[in-house]
Amino acid sequence: MPKIIVEVMPKADLLDPQGKAVANALHRQGHANILNVRIGKRIELHTEGVPTEAELAEAQKIADSFLSNGVIEDVVKIHVEN
Amino acid sequence: MKIGVVTFPGTLDDRDAARAVRIAGATVVPLWHADENLHKVDAVVLPGGFSYGDYLRCGAIAAQAPVTQAIVKAANGGLPVLGICNGFQVLVESHLLPGGLIRNEAQHFICRDQKLRVENVDTAWTNAFELNQEITIPLKNGEGGYIADAETLRRLEGEGLVAFRYLDGNPNGSVNDIAGLRNERGNVVGLMPHPEHAVEAGFGPDTASAMRSGIDGLKFFESVLKAVVNA
Repeated sequence: MPKIIVEVMPKADLLDPQGKAVANALHRQGHANILNVRIGKRIELHTEGVPTEAELAEAQKIADSFLSNGVIEDVVKIHVEN
Repeated sequence: MKIGVVTFPGTLDDRDAARAVRIAGATVVPLWHADENLHKVDAVVLPGGFSYGDYLRCGAIAAQAPVTQAIVKAANGGLPVLGICNGFQVLVESHLLPGGLIRNEAQHFICRDQKLRVENVDTAWTNAFELNQEITIPLKNGEGGYIADAETLRRLEGEGLVAFRYLDGNPNGSVNDIAGLRNERGNVVGLMPHPEHAVEAGFGPDTASAMRSGIDGLKFFESVLKAVVNA
């Protein structure tokens, strides 16, 4: 089934507590080479057929207005997977 | 006088908000998330809790609920609306107030009695306070860190839209110690701390005079009664 994938990340200058906790755990496991972890969201919008340009534009609108909050998050990528 | 108290799936403090409304002397009208009309209420309280399990973002899904759409329309027409905690998050997500709320700086859920300064008394929900009055009401949140971009902050401070500021320590990393906001018109107020938990002696925060005797929260509800009568 075709999917529109929306990727949302917390803004770069904001604290990401989940990422920080995971980074701390990785450091405890000895992965000293991993400097930092940030965790965002992958949201799949399943569509009937291959998404049209109009549907992608609609997805962009949904992503900006509802799936993310521009004050605290960025939509980093929207793409299609079949 | 009829004050609507909204219940979304996952709302927790609707009963306490309803109790506060009754103690202040108004009639409670329960509003359900799927209500498309507000049953002619004179004001609305959006209580705290974890509406829709905080899915997507705190308050984001509640902001799309039919009752919220009706509240947004009515608030733009001047209906007094108070958002407490998760209700504040709903107001921000529905763009009735600017900015956003993020995870507390220290990453812990915080529950304590919190001192605040009332910074603006020209609103439907704060007119019974004195300007710069110091009050204590409970605070309990995990995602109460208020943020906004620099331009929004300048506007909030410049136009006197900060309604409450944290005193004696910022509990959650909110910028400029902001605990609550008002809109331009003064009918919409949102804050993270909980006035509805400080309305009856014996069940409020401790004060210098007696344990659990704090009722500073009652003034929020007395304010709206005054505002509606004078409207």
